[in-house]
Amino acid sequence: MNLTLKVWRQKNSADKGKFETYEVSDISPDMSFLEMFDVLNEQLVNESRDPIHFDHDCREGICGMCSMYINGKPHGPKDAITTCQLHMRSFKDGDTIVVEPWRAKAFPVLKDLVVDRSSFDRIIQAGGYISVNTGGVPDANEIPIRKDIANEAMDAAQCIGCGACVAACKNASAMLFVSAKVSQLALLPQGQVERKSRVENMIAQMDGEGFGACTNTGACEAVCPKEISISNIARMNREYFSAKVSSQKV
Amino acid sequence: MNLNSKIPEGPIAEKWTKHKFNMKLVNPANKRKYDIIVVGSGLAGASASASFAELGYNVKCFCFQDSPRRAHSIAAQGGINAAKNYQNDGDSIYRLFYDTVKGGDYRSREANVHRLAEVSVNIIDQCVAQGVPFAREYGGLLDNRSFGGAQVSRTFYARGQTGQQLLLGAYSALSRQIANGKVKMYARTEMLDLVLVEGKARGIVTRNLVTGKIESHSAHAVVLATGGYGNVFFLSTNAMGSNCTAAWRAHKKGALFGNPCFTQIHPTCIPVSGDHQSKLTLMSESLRNDGRVWVPKVAKPKLTAKEATKIPEEERDYYLERKYPSFGNLVPRDVASRNAKMVCDEGRGVGNTGLAVFLDFADAIKRDGKDVIEAKYGNLFDMYKQITGDNPYEMPMMIYPAVHYTMGGLWVDYNLMTNIPGLYAIGEANFSDHGANRLGASALMQGLADGYFVIPYTIGDYLATMPYTKVDTDHEAFREVESKLKAKLDKLMSIKGKQTVDDFHKALGKIMWEYCGMSRNEEGLKLAKGKIQALKKEFWEDVKVLGSQDELNMSLEKANRVADFIELGELMIDDALHRSESCGGHFREESQTGEGEAKRKDDEFSFVSAWEYKGENQAEELHKEELVFENVKLTQRSYK
Ligand SMILES: Cc1cc2nc3c(=O)[nH]c(=O)nc-3n(C[C@H](O)[C@H](O)[C@H](O)COP(=O)(O)OP(=O)(O)OC[C@H]3O[C@@H](n4cnc5c(N)ncnc54)[C@H](O)[C@@H]3O)c2cc1C
Ligand code: FES
Repeated sequence: MNLTLKVWRQKNSADKGKFETYEVSDISPDMSFLEMFDVLNEQLVNESRDPIHFDHDCREGICGMCSMYINGKPHGPKDAITTCQLHMRSFKDGDTIVVEPWRAKAFPVLKDLVVDRSSFDRIIQAGGYISVNTGGVPDANEIPIRKDIANEAMDAAQCIGCGACVAACKNASAMLFVSAKVSQLALLPQGQVERKSRVENMIAQMDGEGFGACTNTGACEAVCPKEISISNIARMNREYFSAKVSSQKV
Repeated sequence: MNLNSKIPEGPIAEKWTKHKFNMKLVNPANKRKYDIIVVGSGLAGASASASFAELGYNVKCFCFQDSPRRAHSIAAQGGINAAKNYQNDGDSIYRLFYDTVKGGDYRSREANVHRLAEVSVNIIDQCVAQGVPFAREYGGLLDNRSFGGAQVSRTFYARGQTGQQLLLGAYSALSRQIANGKVKMYARTEMLDLVLVEGKARGIVTRNLVTGKIESHSAHAVVLATGGYGNVFFLSTNAMGSNCTAAWRAHKKGALFGNPCFTQIHPTCIPVSGDHQSKLTLMSESLRNDGRVWVPKVAKPKLTAKEATKIPEEERDYYLERKYPSFGNLVPRDVASRNAKMVCDEGRGVGNTGLAVFLDFADAIKRDGKDVIEAKYGNLFDMYKQITGDNPYEMPMMIYPAVHYTMGGLWVDYNLMTNIPGLYAIGEANFSDHGANRLGASALMQGLADGYFVIPYTIGDYLATMPYTKVDTDHEAFREVESKLKAKLDKLMSIKGKQTVDDFHKALGKIMWEYCGMSRNEEGLKLAKGKIQALKKEFWEDVKVLGSQDELNMSLEKANRVADFIELGELMIDDALHRSESCGGHFREESQTGEGEAKRKDDEFSFVSAWEYKGENQAEELHKEELVFENVKLTQRSYK
């Protein structure tokens, strides 16, 4: 098929950036969206034009690196997949496709479609862990966990940290991302000791990074490639209030 | 060169315990006087960095992705082995050790493998304590499955995302140390060379991938945890960025490269669909527990999966079940892969390209019901449908082998140190534990064993002998490496040729797959060597890299990596040529049994090949580390 692409080009974080239009032809429906970009980039390099920069690595929907805002939706038109899992059979011959980077104050654009998501790392550093050192831990089966609880923790733990939730949210809120980690660790017995300080510290870091507030529009859940549930946000809010009530820091 | 593996004396089960006692220790108050560089933040690198920092060392950790959480380890699906014997089915440390040595076709070091099996049990404890949500049974205890044809259930898993959950566990421990200020993390930063001072590894030179800035980092020891080099084949199941640059440049600084030709080809991957293909997707090995592999008895060109459902039973050849009645579809990876190639070479392959075989679930669905199959493999079936457009509940999957893992890597001794003092290699980057073939669910185990439980001990033994004094990055050794590196980058930018970096990478991949893939022979390998040498020459005359050095420039990043892949490719060919036996994933057509199975030549080849770089366009020198088997008796593997 033949397609028209309008792609955001921005030389670096200081540049203002603009859309540019490209034509690609003979695109096979079996190609992935990123393979279509590979074809375009080969074409550009052959014409001695700068290739479009975009993040990607695993190309199987698990590393969370790919991040394209396609036709107004993070990761494109299909639910529950990442950009790298999107295939061209989801488009029609003659389509025009608009591709932009994630847009959020806390995710500055580095170049073209590449953004800086280190704010997510800093939120995890603020408390997204259980403080155990290597060695000296009990036998794994000494901590029995109910199967349904383990499953619920796993549902939350599946987050790939891609940032689609932030990109979809009109407030650029990171609540779905943060709540997924808070929920996972709050559900598990191992996470109890630091339960209160964890949620407080992670939320403080999130606010400090410049992510917006949550107004419950649910846009995050709708675009999450791993279908992380918005009920995690409700859980995090409960965790946060109960931590605040009992905290010395209030 | 004196190749000393430093295997401790004594009975196999006591070596590690004794060695831990005999090693020198660094006083707790002095640990903060030592700096360690860890390149890589996958399972091996993240676990090592966190563990070093917890002990008190100062760590600098590097990765080329935008976050340490995205290392290629994240993609592992199936699971991680450990000899816990929670299932009471007869597993033990000794059995895991034995299975791994045998599975590796007797080309690994007994002492290393035994240690791996010993510490495997600690890994699971550690991960659970970190909050890794492994699958559980109704009683709340951990669940296990049998994986990759193992006769016991020793594989721990977290749905189809075990690698992700283990990596996020290690990443959380790493994040905690970053917050504590004990680890300084450098994301989007690529190591491009190693710096030696007085023969010891004392630092690295990196390129900041966003700004292009070349920087030097100095330390008392350098640990490479940079993963495998499967992308030498262009198409593989590895992540797009996985590369050999760190290991290769260390090799060119004197580190020996062990068994470079040992590559694992995974039997169950989604076949190539066209020239646009950029990578291959693995379908978990667990599928072979229920799926039956077949092709038509008589060639039926371009047979589709839909048409296949109408082919009667008597016209199907379930070739694995026919040839290996006791293991059937569960034969080890190398055997399954080679047989798929054989039936396709006979012209009986299916699909558009003829390079595919069927993996059929119709019988399993009839036997157990769709619900049961969906509960076990639902996410894999969805993934398959997503990629191919075919629904595997209604028709068979098509699969074909693909490059998946590299058993070869930097040569290391028992302490995981290379022959360069102070330079270590852990995880997939080293050659150490899997011999000529890796068992399923053992790479995750090895990465975490190395990082959490081996190197935190062994590095102390080395550091205890080192003065605290730091080497300044103004030292001439750093200056020299930096200026050579800059010249190399200038050269790459200045060629301004006609072919793209991908053109070269694809050409290399074709040569490697054709002549150094699932089956190899002397004539082909010799031909391939010439082709690669020509490709290398062409690359340095005609590659086209746009943009500039001082910005985010992914073509330049790739050009650097492909330049190294080409050189490593040549060494793989040399190694495959020299090893005229078949073993594990290395199948030399000249060395097979009457029935077409791999035939080892133990008298001639019971050694590790360790190659020494001798200079630009010079033949590398082969060193041999003899393998001594005191515990496991060598037999020809048989899965009949
Ligand atoms: C699809 C797939 C499924 C798998 N499933 C399983 C499984 O079920 N069970 C199992 O046991 N194994 C499995 N494996 C194998 C296993 O995942 C890997 O062998 C293992 O994760 C490698 O870990 P590592 O830490 O050594 O390296 P990696 O995870 O590859 O990490 C390499 C790190 O090094 C960094 N790096 C590399 N070069 C540089 C450089 N020059 N400068 C700076 N940083 C650099 C990268 O950024 C990265 O952080 C699977 C592999 C694949 C491809
Ligand atoms: S590239 Fe890894 S999730 Fe898309």
